[in-house]
Amino acid sequence: MAGSTLEIKDLHVEIEGQEILKGVNLTIKGGEFHAVMGPNGTGKSTLASAIMGHPKYEVTSGSILLDGEDVLEMEVDERAKAGLFLAMQYPSEISGVTTSDFLRSSINSRREEGDEIPLMKFIKEMDQAMDYLEMDKNMAQRYLNEGFSGGEKKRNEILQLMLLKPAIGILDEIDSGLDIDALKVVSKGINKLRNESFGCLIITHYQRLLDYITPDYVHVMMQGRVVKSGGPELAQRLEAEGYDWIKKELGIEEETVGNNA
Amino acid sequence: MAVQTKIPYEKEYVEAFSTKKNEPEWMKQFRLQALELTETLEMPKPDKTNITKWNFSTFNHEANGEFIDSLEDLPEDIKVFVEKEKESNIVILKNQSTAYQRLSQDLIDKGVILTDMFSALEKYPDLVQRYYMKDAVSFDEHRLTALHAALMNGGVFVYVPKNVVIEEPLQAIFWQEDPSLGLFNHVIVVAEENSSLTYVENYISHNKDDQTVANVVAEVIAYNNASISYGSVDNFSQGTTVYMNRRGVAYRDAKIDWALGQMNDGNTVSENITHLVGDHSSSYAKAVSVGRGDQTQNFTAKIVNYGKQSNGLILQHGVMKDSASAIFNGIGKIEHGGTKANAEQESRVLMLSKHARGDANPILLIDEDDVTAGHAASVGRVDPIQLYYLMSRGISKQEAERLIIHGFLAPVVNEIPIKAVREQLTDVIERKVY
Ligand SMILES: Nc1ncnc2c1ncn2[C@@H]1O[C@H](COP(=O)(O)OP(=O)(O)O)[C@@H](O)[C@H]1O
Ligand SMILES: [Mg+2]
Repeated sequence: MAGSTLEIKDLHVEIEGQEILKGVNLTIKGGEFHAVMGPNGTGKSTLASAIMGHPKYEVTSGSILLDGEDVLEMEVDERAKAGLFLAMQYPSEISGVTTSDFLRSSINSRREEGDEIPLMKFIKEMDQAMDYLEMDKNMAQRYLNEGFSGGEKKRNEILQLMLLKPAIGILDEIDSGLDIDALKVVSKGINKLRNESFGCLIITHYQRLLDYITPDYVHVMMQGRVVKSGGPELAQRLEAEGYDWIKKELGIEEETVGNNA
Repeated sequence: MAVQTKIPYEKEYVEAFSTKKNEPEWMKQFRLQALELTETLEMPKPDKTNITKWNFSTFNHEANGEFIDSLEDLPEDIKVFVEKEKESNIVILKNQSTAYQRLSQDLIDKGVILTDMFSALEKYPDLVQRYYMKDAVSFDEHRLTALHAALMNGGVFVYVPKNVVIEEPLQAIFWQEDPSLGLFNHVIVVAEENSSLTYVENYISHNKDDQTVANVVAEVIAYNNASISYGSVDNFSQGTTVYMNRRGVAYRDAKIDWALGQMNDGNTVSENITHLVGDHSSSYAKAVSVGRGDQTQNFTAKIVNYGKQSNGLILQHGVMKDSASAIFNGIGKIEHGGTKANAEQESRVLMLSKHARGDANPILLIDEDDVTAGHAASVGRVDPIQLYYLMSRGISKQEAERLIIHGFLAPVVNEIPIKAVREQLTDVIERKVY
């Protein structure tokens, strides 16, 4: 299989009755890396959460299709098993559940009952990925995200990404709170997955991450819409000049959602 | 229906019972003294739970179990609590009679005692008298303690001499096989100066329709610089009404840690109180429970700080389903003079059904200025955002809930030092929650 296609069409999303996304269109194919950029509060996390099925976000119209299948009809776990993965901006802390047990359950959820991953094989794979991400092995026995530093949480998200090998990965602000060394390690992990059968949507409001992971396409979000798309050069221009020129070009005064009435 | 609270056993019966058990005279007199008070003392009044209609008087007092030669002869559902790989230091009471006991020669040589209560009364009457309902629990606190003192029909006595440090856990299994037998079980655990021990107990019964009573008192004493880890899995079945009173006294630099898995299926009052008498003494009292069916339970975890720089920590986690209800009282009390003492508590209740009830009732009582104290309490459902996070990795909703619930109860499960018992506790939780 050459990879999956995620199609987002005219997506409208509300949170607690307020419309946040106002018609997003985006298509991501296997092998492609897309960056979604934009200042804070423009709807980037809302897009990611709506794709994954976060309980607080309500899709009011539009569609999300994965290889033609209606994602919006699927439960959250079904979306994951269909090939979607979201590295969250704020991962949950789950007391009493070790990171290792959680990873094993995640892997086994994709396998048939009776065909669970052998323990030794799992440990080997986990250790390798942890080495690759320069993670402390003790983390596997710590409770999931509990007491983790910001950087540890982000690495843990990428660890999951590497072990679960989804068709489409969505990374929400995976670079926030990382120092430059950690950023390099995390980027290395993501780049390792780069191939024909993996598509990726990288959400960030800094250009910084894109110095290490070169996107094929760059999209800018403002006011709950994709307002501009281009190639990697768009990210570079944003880095050099900021967002003001786009606002001027499009006549946008206030880029966040909700203040544009 | 009027519930009869008068106990069905008279002076003659108690005297005869004591004689039959070859008890020392002081014990017989103590029983009779307590028996007299059962008429006049009030029932205990656990905060926010009405127990006046509970059965504390219908039970059989005497039953006989037989001795078994080998652990191999235990039935499968009891055998699972015993470690297979190594020889345990263990006492097993079946219907309050000793079915099996073993203590390693090494520990015997060091003066360690681990034996059933009647043997202890015969072999070490003075030692037992020194501790029996003296410093921890008093026989005249209320009608149930008096009843307990009058009718005690089994238990264990654990004694660790000065400077003896025991690594491997000491274990007791109380198996109420006869469905009508009332369990008046008494546990004494004494750690002399600089000694250290771990004790783990299991209560098991299978009576569903037969009504009976468990009235249990455990007294746990840690002398200067001694350390006691006390683990338990209470697993009385539906027909047993339970009164459970576990109490600790910690002297200077001593430590008593509790890990209580409170998994009874019947109505239960369970109190766990630790007195931090000595300076720099500490206690970490952890308890978890699962309520199901229509049972009513009342849990009290209380630590009283007398000593300077004493440290009391309480953690209570409860899962409530069906139409079960439970009160979780957490009491941190710092007495005058307990300077720089610390009292912290956390009570959390997870509700799995609309009809279940769970209340956390945190109380801090502080009579000293220079102290630290805090409490956290919450009652809620499984967090939908946590569920979302787990499910976003492909884990089904049911499995995600399972993980969260086991994680919620892990603070006690992980503390149980005997693997076989830990696995049984995990199994019980699994059975009760699903
Ligand atoms: N729980 C919420 N309730 C109400 N409004 C919210 C909530 N979460 C986010 N929003 C609003 O939605 C808009 C977009 O948020 P978000 O998608 O998180 O932006 P970004 O990820 O681009 O920073 C913001 O204006 C924010 O105020
Ligand atoms: Mg965001």
